[in-house]
Amino acid sequence: MAENYLDTRGRIFDIQRYSIHDGSGIRTIVFLKGCVLRCKWCCNPESQEYKIQTMLVQGKPKTIGQDITVREVLETVERDRTYYRRSGGGMTLSGGESLCQPDFCEALLRGAKERGLTTAMESMACAEWGVIERILPYLDTYLMDIKHTDPAKHEKFTGRRNELMLENARKVAASGQTELVIRVPVIPTFNCTVPEIESIARFAASLPGVKKMHLLPYHRLGQDKYEGLGRDYEMKEIVPPDNATMENLAAAARRVSGLDVQIGG
Amino acid sequence: MAKFYAETIAKSDRIDRLKENLFRKMPEIESARAKLITESYRQTEGEPIIMRRAKAFLHILQNIPIIIRDEELVVGSTTLAPRGCQTYPEFSYEWLEAEFDTVATRTADPFYISEEAKREIAEADKYWKGKTTSELATSYMAPETLTAMKHNMFTPGNYFYNGVGHVTVHYDWVLAVGFSGIAAKAKKALEECRFGDADYARRSRFLQAVIISCEAAIVYAKRYAALARDMAGKEQNAARRAELTRIAENCERVPEYGARNFWEACQSFWFVQQLLQIESSGHSISPGRFDQYMYPYYKKDLDEGKLTREFAQELIDCIWVKLNDLNKCRDAASAEGFAGYSLFQNLIVGGQNAEGIDVTNDLSYMCLTASIHVMLPQPSLSIRVWNGSPHELLIHAAEVTRTGVGLPAYYNDEVIIPSLMSRGLTLQDAREYNIIGCVEPQKAGKTEGWHDAAFFNMCRPLELVFSDGMDKGEQVGPHTGDVTKFKTFEEFYDAYKAQMEYAISLLVNADNAIDAAHAERCPLPFLSGMIEDCIGRGKSVQEGGAIYNFTGPQGFGIANMADSLLAVKTLVYDEKKVTMEEYRKALADNYGKGLPASEVEYVLGEAVKNLRAAGKPVNQAEIASAAKALMTPSNKYDKLLEMIDAVPKYGNDIEEVDAFARDVEYTYAKPLEKYRNPRGGQFQAGMYPVSANVPLGAQTGATPDGRLAGKPVADGVSPSAGKDTHGPTATANSVSRLDHYIASNGTLFNQKFHPSALSGRKGLENFVALIRSYFDQKGSHMQFNVVSRETLLDAQKHPENYKHLVVRVAGYSALFTTLSRSLQDDIINRTEQQGM
Repeated sequence: MAENYLDTRGRIFDIQRYSIHDGSGIRTIVFLKGCVLRCKWCCNPESQEYKIQTMLVQGKPKTIGQDITVREVLETVERDRTYYRRSGGGMTLSGGESLCQPDFCEALLRGAKERGLTTAMESMACAEWGVIERILPYLDTYLMDIKHTDPAKHEKFTGRRNELMLENARKVAASGQTELVIRVPVIPTFNCTVPEIESIARFAASLPGVKKMHLLPYHRLGQDKYEGLGRDYEMKEIVPPDNATMENLAAAARRVSGLDVQIGG
Repeated sequence: MAKFYAETIAKSDRIDRLKENLFRKMPEIESARAKLITESYRQTEGEPIIMRRAKAFLHILQNIPIIIRDEELVVGSTTLAPRGCQTYPEFSYEWLEAEFDTVATRTADPFYISEEAKREIAEADKYWKGKTTSELATSYMAPETLTAMKHNMFTPGNYFYNGVGHVTVHYDWVLAVGFSGIAAKAKKALEECRFGDADYARRSRFLQAVIISCEAAIVYAKRYAALARDMAGKEQNAARRAELTRIAENCERVPEYGARNFWEACQSFWFVQQLLQIESSGHSISPGRFDQYMYPYYKKDLDEGKLTREFAQELIDCIWVKLNDLNKCRDAASAEGFAGYSLFQNLIVGGQNAEGIDVTNDLSYMCLTASIHVMLPQPSLSIRVWNGSPHELLIHAAEVTRTGVGLPAYYNDEVIIPSLMSRGLTLQDAREYNIIGCVEPQKAGKTEGWHDAAFFNMCRPLELVFSDGMDKGEQVGPHTGDVTKFKTFEEFYDAYKAQMEYAISLLVNADNAIDAAHAERCPLPFLSGMIEDCIGRGKSVQEGGAIYNFTGPQGFGIANMADSLLAVKTLVYDEKKVTMEEYRKALADNYGKGLPASEVEYVLGEAVKNLRAAGKPVNQAEIASAAKALMTPSNKYDKLLEMIDAVPKYGNDIEEVDAFARDVEYTYAKPLEKYRNPRGGQFQAGMYPVSANVPLGAQTGATPDGRLAGKPVADGVSPSAGKDTHGPTATANSVSRLDHYIASNGTLFNQKFHPSALSGRKGLENFVALIRSYFDQKGSHMQFNVVSRETLLDAQKHPENYKHLVVRVAGYSALFTTLSRSLQDDIINRTEQQGM
């Protein structure tokens, strides 16, 4: 780590202000570059590689990825402080998988906390426990993706088995250091059935302290980016689940878990 | 304990039927008023003008046809046809005669007019030749002013052709003591006139005129009482018979005397609101703090068990429908600038009282509910927000916003109160402010604010910098020198300021000429009886009878000018990437994107003139090919456009750019505040365009920010459409860096949200937080369109399915399908903020 933690450098690909669907209040999301998974439906394919890339955006080449210090990120985050104060918002880390850049991730969260901002992180918890343990003191809300309970199917669609993530979920919950929210991307052909969602809901309910579960319906907004990166989009044929399907899944999840289940973030 | 009842009351089914009835057919122009005022004027030749006005008002109200519409609980209609309008030849009439045959088919705000009405109006109009305020005003203007107006430097069209309106009267006086009480006050003042008073003549005549006007209102109400009684006698349905009988009793009592209960108060309020708009054609007659002055009557009835909340809500809803029954026909050009049949009757809820205590009450909440029930553009509903505003009131307001109706507009007490004090209002008066028309703050019952005195296009003076003050062959502005010779940006900027100052002085000249004409030809005794301190001073508001007097012309185009000046500074002077000559050429060529047809016509017309003058032959084929060349787009300036695009833009939370925008705001606001009007008041700037940014943008050439000729100018203080790319918080941060205090006639900040951003309780909470945060940073006003782009596009394709779709235009809402195509496009193209 840098001498002053605020000088820690990391790699991001975007900072999105006025985010209202990822954590409480009005938030600024910092998107960290690099991911361990390769989910076929990923809506941010430009986040997967750690290396800086060029992507065509509306026909024009755009550099994706920027190395930046924690101090610089926080300067942007600070710009909306008045909105955080009024709404109970703050900073959210997303990606990619933020835990792939442990020092940077920790320093960002610590910096935000020390300035009195609330923190949240969207993450799959796909990292060594030691990495997660370091950031927990600075994290108010952990928005943790649990995509599937079946390790084989998980591997088929994301490139990795899920044992480590489920184990980490249990440890995060047991630590009691952060509010743990379970998020499920609902993907037709992958997990968009009542038994699969129920299984995740049961797992979520088994985690001590977990109260909320979000079902995030699959959307196709990332499709153009695959083209922009010269990649093939494997989910072309998949249609987003309709409202009735989502309501049905949410009801099923509630039934088996007793959790507060909402559709969308 | 809750301060107010915060439950939403269900809608009575009467409301939808009233509404359906109102929109049965196209609005219509009726001739009764024109005939009656002319009859009266013919009989009062030679009398003092104030008496002629009062007698004409009486004559109109004694004779104008009256009607009670099906199922109405609050009555009083200015026209027999729903949403119809009368005409006001004393202000101007030529435009209507010229447009008789097109008024029914024009794109913005068409009106049906029967052949008989045309004939009757034309007959009446013969009398008015040479007698209108508009003609007198023209004769009072300097020739330079008329030239500048011809060249679209600014347009004072509103009051030039119409009454002034833009006022909130003492509704509370009428509710408390009735017009008999106001007449009694005038009579007492009359008795106190001493024969030796220097102003005896004016004072005594004015007071007599007030007394006659009060009598006129009473006579009119009694006619309604008789009609209601007559209808009750014939009514078969017992429930309706009882209603009509009650209506008759109400109109017998009010507005002659004080209201004894809430229903009477509603009826009394309505007569005031309606009759002000028969006396004069001015729009923006704003009910103001309805929740405050109506509350005592509501509370008393509720406490005595005489009124249910449900019925109170129904009465309020009825008034909301009635406010859409009033209408006004404007000339075709003005109709574009005020599109949507809008009367801008601004009604505001919440806020503080004179002592600085929050006075939100049940009615504040019910007024918001009424807008959800009625879902029509009127009233222009507003809400006052301050640190002490109850959270639940704001959440309910956000629920109204979420319906997409474009209401309410949000106003910041924390800015407006000190801003008004800086213009001379007392702290107590400033705390009781309400909003007039679109966004203009003032103190009710004490102010003649002339709040919508003109539109001033801040882009036009910059065009003159590039031409040394010339426009279409005429010297319109001062000589500021050859633009290519300026050595520094400061010289360039100084030239802009010089063009601005000169144009502003002409604007003042125009406004003051019109002001004088209104005082001389159309003083309004009925209105003046309800404004302090006209009775005390013995003169009408038009002659300076009000306590506070202002003139507020609006500047617009601030985003374009900030971006333009910064582009010139960066590209020509700082980075030297472009020469001024190249820039000038690019602007003249409209960046190679083809000149608008009107411009081509002018350029070729000049060329032909020159050829003829030189005795050279004019070849039609050559002319045609030249026209084609001028109109054909090319990409020869695309590199320049790219460079312009790369210069930072206002609206993206960049401090230096925003500080620059503030300075540009001062080029308008500071010179303006030096001037005074004939009523003894000060000029004060507003920063909003109503919808004039579209038609006036059509008269504006290409600007250095890359905006093409003829395209809309940015609306209000909002960034140029599509140039703010960092989301609503960044935009709001930028806009808050303007000086909202100096623009004491109001600023207008539009934001457009996708409905998903307001979904659920959480969406409402975040939305309220966004408004609070903008206001923490001392923004003054905020308004929202919450309709998806897809919906609006579909409404353009299938207008028949969207008859009732209401959107926010500028400081008001309007039915989307009644707007001209270009204005619809402007609304669709505003940056849409979507929560990520």
